[in-house]
Amino acid sequence: MSWISKTFSSSIGRKIVMSLTGLFLCTFLVVHLVGNLQLFKHDGGTAFNVYSHFMGTNPIIRTIEWGLVLGFGFHIYEALMLTRRNQGARPQKYVANHSEQNSEWTSRNMGILGSLILIFLIVHLYNFFWRARFGGLDKIGGTDVETRDYDNLYMAVVSSFHVWWYVLLYVAAQFSLGYHLWHGFGSGFQTLGLNHRKYTPLIKAVGYGFAVVVSAAFAAMPLYFFLFTDDNGQLTSAVSPLVHSLTLALK
Amino acid sequence: MAGSNPNAKPMNLTLNVWRQPSPKAQGKIVEYQVKDISPEMSFLEMLDVLNEDLLHKGEDPVAFDHDCREGICGSCDLFINGRSHGPEKGTTTCQLHMRKFSDGDTITIEPWRANSFPINKDLSVDRSAFDRIIQAGGYVSVNTGGAPDGNEIPIPKDIADRAFEAATCIGCGACVAACKNASAMLFVSAKVSQLALLPQGDVERKTRVENMVAQMDIEGFGACSNIGSCAAECPVGISLENIAILNREFLTAKATSNNLA
Ligand code: HEM
Ligand code: SF4
Ligand code: FES
Repeated sequence: MSWISKTFSSSIGRKIVMSLTGLFLCTFLVVHLVGNLQLFKHDGGTAFNVYSHFMGTNPIIRTIEWGLVLGFGFHIYEALMLTRRNQGARPQKYVANHSEQNSEWTSRNMGILGSLILIFLIVHLYNFFWRARFGGLDKIGGTDVETRDYDNLYMAVVSSFHVWWYVLLYVAAQFSLGYHLWHGFGSGFQTLGLNHRKYTPLIKAVGYGFAVVVSAAFAAMPLYFFLFTDDNGQLTSAVSPLVHSLTLALK
Repeated sequence: MAGSNPNAKPMNLTLNVWRQPSPKAQGKIVEYQVKDISPEMSFLEMLDVLNEDLLHKGEDPVAFDHDCREGICGSCDLFINGRSHGPEKGTTTCQLHMRKFSDGDTITIEPWRANSFPINKDLSVDRSAFDRIIQAGGYVSVNTGGAPDGNEIPIPKDIADRAFEAATCIGCGACVAACKNASAMLFVSAKVSQLALLPQGDVERKTRVENMVAQMDIEGFGACSNIGSCAAECPVGISLENIAILNREFLTAKATSNNLA
């Protein structure tokens, strides 16, 4: 087994794990984002609650969830191991260092950006995931026998996103995520050796687009509820005609 | 002087130089003034002027590495104003000229800083870690005997060109110096991809990459975060594509070599 442990404890081996887990987390982001877009549906949260009930109870999803835990776990573990190695490689800093003249800020600060994401993740998981999984949420109620015993996660989202500091934390975290992905997406391909003069410019461009779209879409959720809805998730009277005409125009 | 520019005005400069008497000693920045520096001097000639001044004053001259002074040996390892080999792209320190600076400038000069490049004295560092990485696999074994004919082994032109590009690495260490992680990946990747591209390198292809990467890790260089400072500061323009080739070679070797250890 020793060649295996040697491979994965080498500097390149660790980066390969970093990259595979990082790109896997990118696919998770897509699923998470697409599902959450149902928050924008004007149905009092029904679609979102049905969806989150499915995500919380379906055995296949619950199994994949463990993959996600492992993905985050290994990504963070390798981040720590690599950061320790990298800092040990230059114990004495330069008196003058102008790395901003030869590289991008995001690429040099992946650890800081990742740590900010981690702080957000802990708060986020505690507030939504923990309460959904281990109790503490109200039921939907009402007359529909199918859904009345489902957790009303939608209302938890609405009330959280009316707390200003919570909204601020979410939006700030999306900046961290966006910058992390700005470098990370393309970097993950490079680490796997997937660099080719024909395709690399395209991969990078897709990565920049991915970073902006994903982080902006996630940030839009707290902002939408904070700015445009009341305590029940209904559009406030000031914006509701505007949104209506917008939806009509889009249709 | 032949070819000299009569309009070039001599400059006076302030130098902040890293002085460190021995490998383990505490070092510090010391300020010096140099006067009447011609813009046509190379950076190393400017340091020669400083050292001559110091010798006349009975002070210890500044130790710095240099050899060919024509951009091919890779010895002149100076970190100037926060950049490997100074502000000019694609040059070694010996090929950097004082016309890139202006009268009255303050210039900070430091050694390469990496745990794997210990400081000998002042600005001179020990880059023998690079030699040990090359010894671990950066060669091809050939039979001695009669000289083979040129072009006996056919190599397509575009492959030969790419291998040659990688072969232009002069082992200067600017990549390590510029990298936030003091990573040697660009240097190692240049040699690995040069030899992986050529039929002569095929025999030792898998052991080479396994052994060179292992030695690189033993020496204590950092890992690659794909930041790109290395390639931006490399005097001969070794590209990041080589690091991708290195990673591919490494993965393939680890997955398919007969080495179980
Ligand atoms: C949804 C969350 C996350 C995603 C999608 C993500 C994605 C990525 C990707 C694609 C890379 C590039 C891998 C490579 O360079 O080969 C990366 C690198 C990195 N990530 Fe994350 N990441 C996430 C969360 C985190 C967290 C929570 C941390 C740390 C606590 C973290 C720390 C790092 C570090 C330090 C690197 C750079 C490693 C290096 O190049 O030396 N990331 N991430
Ligand atoms: S890759 Fe470039 S910067 Fe690094 S040692 Fe070779 S020539 Fe110097
Ligand atoms: S002294 Fe040889 S490259 Fe500068």
